[in-house]
Amino acid sequence: MNVTLTHYLVISAVLFSLGLLALVTRRNAIMMLMGIELILNAANVNFLAFSRYSALDIHGHVVAVFVILLAAAEAAVALAIVLNIYRTFSTVNVDQINQLKE
Amino acid sequence: MELTDIIFYIFALVTVGSAMIVVFSRNLVYSAFSLMFTFLGIAGLYVLLLADFLAVTQLMIYVGGILVLMIFGVMLTHRVVNVEISSGAMRVIPATIVVGVFLGTLLLVLTRTNWMVMEKSPDIIGTTSMIGTALVTDYLLPFEVGGVVLLVAIVAAAFMARKR
Repeated sequence: MNVTLTHYLVISAVLFSLGLLALVTRRNAIMMLMGIELILNAANVNFLAFSRYSALDIHGHVVAVFVILLAAAEAAVALAIVLNIYRTFSTVNVDQINQLKE
Repeated sequence: MELTDIIFYIFALVTVGSAMIVVFSRNLVYSAFSLMFTFLGIAGLYVLLLADFLAVTQLMIYVGGILVLMIFGVMLTHRVVNVEISSGAMRVIPATIVVGVFLGTLLLVLTRTNWMVMEKSPDIIGTTSMIGTALVTDYLLPFEVGGVVLLVAIVAAAFMARKR
C-alpha cells in the first residue's frame, strides 16, 4: 500500500487524540505539558503533509517553524510557572492549585 | 511496496507506539523518555515529507531543548528518592470514550474526503534556502515578532524561575 496524504493525516489525528487524552485525564502539570507538545507536533505533521502533497510549497514549512518557535517559548515559560507553583504549594497537581497566592 | 513506504510504517509505529507509552505510562520519567522517541519518529516523518530543515530543527529544539526542560521539570518538582514519580489520572473511562469518538470522527472525515493531491512529487532538493528566503520576504513581520516573543519568553522564564 503506497503512502499517501491520508496516512500522514491519520498519524496526526492519532497523535492529536493522544495529546488530548493526556491533557484531560492527567492531573500532573508536566504531564499536561507533554500532551500539549503532542498536540503541537500533530499540527506540524499536518502542515508538512499538506505542504508536501499539494501546491502549497514552502508556506507550510514556514508556519511549522513558527509553531516550533511558539512551542519552545511556551515550554520555557510554562516550566518556570510550574517550578514556582511547586515552590509555593509543594505539589504540581493542578486540581489542588486553586489559589493565585498563598 | 517500496522501501520508503516500509520506512514510513516503521517511523509511524515508533511515533504512535511511544506516544501511547507517553500517555498511558504511570511513571513520569518513562513518559518523558518515550516522548523522546515520539519526537525522533516525527523527525523521521518530516524527512519522508521532504522537510529536511524542519527535521533537523525538530531534533535540535524538541529533543535537545524542550525535552531536556521537561526532564528538568520532572526532576525538580518530585522528590525522586522517597516518592514514586507517578502522575494520577482521573475520569479515565469517560475521557477515553469522548476522545475515542472524537478520533473516530476525525478518521472518518480524513479517509472519506477526496483530497486534491498533486500526483507528482515536487523536485525540491533542499528546503533551507527557500525557508530562509520566505522568512525575510513574505514572513518578515511574523519573523521579527517571533524574535521578540522568544526574547520576552527568555526574560520572563529566567525572572520567574529564580530563587527569591
